[in-house]
Amino acid sequence: MQRIGVFVCHCGTNIAATVDVKAVAKAMEKEPGVVFSTDYTYMCSEAGQTLVQDSIKKYGLTGVVICSCSPHMHELTFQKAIAKAGLNPYMLEIANIREQCSWVTKDIKVATEKAIVLARAAVAKVVLNSPLTSGTTQVTKRALVIGGGIAGMQTALDIAEAGFKVDLVEKNPSIGGKMAQLDKTFPTLDCASCIVTPKMVDVGQNENIRILSYSEVAEVSGFVGNFDVKIKRKARYVDEDKCTGCGACTEKCPMKKIPNEFNHNLNNRSCIYIPFAQAVPKVATIDPRYCLMLNKGKCGICSKVCQAGAINYKAKDEYIEEKYGAIVVATGYEQIKVDKYDEYAYSQSPDVVTSLEYERLMNAAGPTNGHLLRPSDGKEPKKIVWIQCVGSRETCDPTKGPARGKPYCSKVCCMYTAKQAILTKDHYPDTDLYVFYIDVRTPGKNFDEFYRRAVEQYNVHYIKGQVGKVTPENGKLMVQGSDLLLGEQVHIEADMVVLSAAIEPSPTARPLATMLTTQMDTNDFFTEAHPKLRPVESATAGIFLSGMCQGPKDIPETVAQASAAAAKVIGLLCKKELTNNACVAHPNEMMCNGCSQCQGVCPYGAITYVEKEFRMPDRTTKVRRVAQVNEAVCQGCGACTVTCPSGAMDLRGFSNQEIMAEVDAICQ
Amino acid sequence: MASNYEVTKDEILAISGVNPLKCMQCGKCSGTCPAYDEMEYHPNQFVLMVERGEIDKLMASKSIYKCMSCMACIERCPRQVEPAKLVEAIRLAVIRKQGQNHLIPDDVPAKLDPDLPQQALVSAFRKYTK
Amino acid sequence: MVYSYFPGCTLKNKAKDLDAYGRAAAKALGAELEEIPEWQCCGGVYPLSHDEIAIKLSSVRALASARDAGHDLVTICSACHNVIKRVNDDMANDEYVSTRANNYLKADGIEYHGETRVIHFLELLRDDIGYDKVKAAVKNPLKGQKIGAYYGCLLLRPSQVMAMDNAENPTIIEDLIKAVGATPVVYAQRNECCGAYLTMEDSSVPEKRVKSILENAKANGADTVVTACPLCYYNLKKHSEGTGVTVRYFTEVLAEALGVKEEM
Repeated sequence: MQRIGVFVCHCGTNIAATVDVKAVAKAMEKEPGVVFSTDYTYMCSEAGQTLVQDSIKKYGLTGVVICSCSPHMHELTFQKAIAKAGLNPYMLEIANIREQCSWVTKDIKVATEKAIVLARAAVAKVVLNSPLTSGTTQVTKRALVIGGGIAGMQTALDIAEAGFKVDLVEKNPSIGGKMAQLDKTFPTLDCASCIVTPKMVDVGQNENIRILSYSEVAEVSGFVGNFDVKIKRKARYVDEDKCTGCGACTEKCPMKKIPNEFNHNLNNRSCIYIPFAQAVPKVATIDPRYCLMLNKGKCGICSKVCQAGAINYKAKDEYIEEKYGAIVVATGYEQIKVDKYDEYAYSQSPDVVTSLEYERLMNAAGPTNGHLLRPSDGKEPKKIVWIQCVGSRETCDPTKGPARGKPYCSKVCCMYTAKQAILTKDHYPDTDLYVFYIDVRTPGKNFDEFYRRAVEQYNVHYIKGQVGKVTPENGKLMVQGSDLLLGEQVHIEADMVVLSAAIEPSPTARPLATMLTTQMDTNDFFTEAHPKLRPVESATAGIFLSGMCQGPKDIPETVAQASAAAAKVIGLLCKKELTNNACVAHPNEMMCNGCSQCQGVCPYGAITYVEKEFRMPDRTTKVRRVAQVNEAVCQGCGACTVTCPSGAMDLRGFSNQEIMAEVDAICQ
Repeated sequence: MASNYEVTKDEILAISGVNPLKCMQCGKCSGTCPAYDEMEYHPNQFVLMVERGEIDKLMASKSIYKCMSCMACIERCPRQVEPAKLVEAIRLAVIRKQGQNHLIPDDVPAKLDPDLPQQALVSAFRKYTK
Repeated sequence: MVYSYFPGCTLKNKAKDLDAYGRAAAKALGAELEEIPEWQCCGGVYPLSHDEIAIKLSSVRALASARDAGHDLVTICSACHNVIKRVNDDMANDEYVSTRANNYLKADGIEYHGETRVIHFLELLRDDIGYDKVKAAVKNPLKGQKIGAYYGCLLLRPSQVMAMDNAENPTIIEDLIKAVGATPVVYAQRNECCGAYLTMEDSSVPEKRVKSILENAKANGADTVVTACPLCYYNLKKHSEGTGVTVRYFTEVLAEALGVKEEM
């Protein structure tokens, strides 16, 4: 006979203000199997845990029900507590009377009734619980980092420094990401290239890091400690090991009018190309969309000029499969397309540019060699207008159609705009610069001082208001906007307009999240396991987050988060073994009819089938095909139990019988 | 409606269907408005003044007859506030009062020219009279 | 193809050309515009207030009439199109408006919930006939003409309801200009207001507006601008003197290219 104790938590006033906790404790006294029931202010506190442990001993409890917050919060806490008092940790049930009751109900009477029902269900279940033991699994001592920007590189370097192998997957031909395209960085104005390219070299030379550039993750299976990942290595038609990066092929290639994505299409590159001088790996790649040899079978010049014999037109996409203990997502961001904002005339005038395009126009390695020239006529602009919040901070009211932009603040625009303005003034003191802003947001070390420098030292004109229309006319851009502080509509004849377009997660993030079974928010940013306390972990064990893929952030924040994610990975890879989930599926072999449906739905590949000899009632034997569960692999999702047509599959800790008992208790 | 009846903020919100609290005062409506220079109170101020309940001031202003209903502010507002609907609501609150028609039929013949399309007349009557 | 056609007051009077050229062009392209019997004025402007119901009823009657005929409803006048399309959207999606409007219309035995497809003549040309067919039917290509599209406000806004084109970078008229053999001129002011009915109140505003529109068109190389709105046409034409830009209806340009202008 089970002896159950019920402990009702007040959670300060979180529960007690809406639920009559004493009434709940009293009501539980009458439930079958309950020998002790009480309430306490903070059950998770040391005193609360001691109360539970002492009661176990005093009343000889065999099972415990805690009525408190979500099991996501403190199930583990209480499992440990009752284990210390000698109970099996699985003889515990949590009734969630906070998130699912007190927080979502205002009426004390209704909330108390609901809390009693939830507690009663937990009691009904715990009576049927049986002790469970967990197995262990080994941890694969290798990490996968997806994305080779500053976030991914930092994470990879930190993990590698700790002595673990890391594979760094990057979809582009070179690592480096967006930071390699920036000119200088705020608020110190140190050159982005000067600090990011040495990091790229470090990554390239680190013996523990393998760069898989021009590659994409294709399939992911497995679980924490034991992920199986299939990686697509796109054909670059150049042998990475043979290519010396001499660049002879890029010079001789006859197809030279390909938009150069590294320079945001502000100039052209050849069809066989090395994206930029400091690329890592510094090897050429053929763009298969334009190559004459690949498309028409003519040309072959790059192959002829290649001294190393690295060109291979017959190359095919290849797939490699690898095991990893942990995966870090560092897929970064893009700027939104601004074609929906053509009141700013981006598609009508080449002199209207995005802020990332402006970075390239200022960059010494950019299309104009760092000489600021208007794309339309190659002249130096004298008057430049920045427009903030293009596509940021926009409302999405689904009843009024799809929003053009994003509801969030993109966070980095105010600061990079001040930086771009300061740099422009530094190089061209006779320019006249205007920034239309809604709010200037500068929370960060030395950030506001930097913005004030733009105003006070460089006389950049900040106008509180927004631009309504940009009209290209006679080689000028007529900017019409509001000056809210003066109460005027202003008209500026500008030479260039720079759009601080919103940032959004990389389009590769959504399909990746599906593969990884991780969560995203409505904006396609990856969701952290806890917004304050677990900011670099995803809710899926073994998957970690690094950089902009989790939300807008600047370079210092990105690097900090990247190192934090690495620390979490190292902590995981250091472990000798991982404790498995004890709540795993197990088949009743006598009832299993061998249909294989459970095998088909198992997302972890934990189910196999074996031929087994069974003794029949008439003393003959019969060989039957039955399901077997690999308990180290099973994650206890329960898909097989609901699929099994004969009811043979059951889940430990969540058996059909236990769940029906809960339902019955609720429906009483 | 008696002419001394005081129009409340709630009535303006009901007529317009606008929630001025969504406005973040970015000023894009006023940056885009083609009638800005004709107006005493500008689109962003309309939203703020309605929110603060300064309905009387707006009702007394000639600005309410200057909006061309071009809907540029509605289209470009990043918060989907729709300032033009507030201008329309205030104007309606005025002309719905007895004797407050802004366009008097007897004055119309003098305003006509041979090419003026019917559409202009119909629209003006819809906007300025009840 | 037979369409229900709502011409509107102005196209029966001061903008007869806009209507006649449109009908002739439609006929030449194999589309029949069947005028809705006993149509009533659309109201000229869509009421931006949420509580105006009665003045939407004439549009609902036209919409129900097209539905009962089993046709899509076509308009040529931008203003009529804006009003009717938005009322149609209200009847389909705004319960407050549709319940009240249907209560009024019970007396006429009409019940309507936004079933009709409402398209502008430009959409008929682009989506139903296809610009490639228009191009093939052109007899007098308007070679060398540099034509700027003037959209104004009513064709495009609000874009979630009008859903004709990208409201800030539309191409539907430019593509038609290409189809008739002329060169389209893109200029930013093509979707800025002409001054509209303010012309009754104070014509100095339309004058300022038109000046900035036509100067922008001219600066970008246009010798002609075309419009689909009689009020835009009036304002633009009235203040076009000295700008060197000719103002025409888009249907006139189309009829000319199709070789049906002289037949009239």
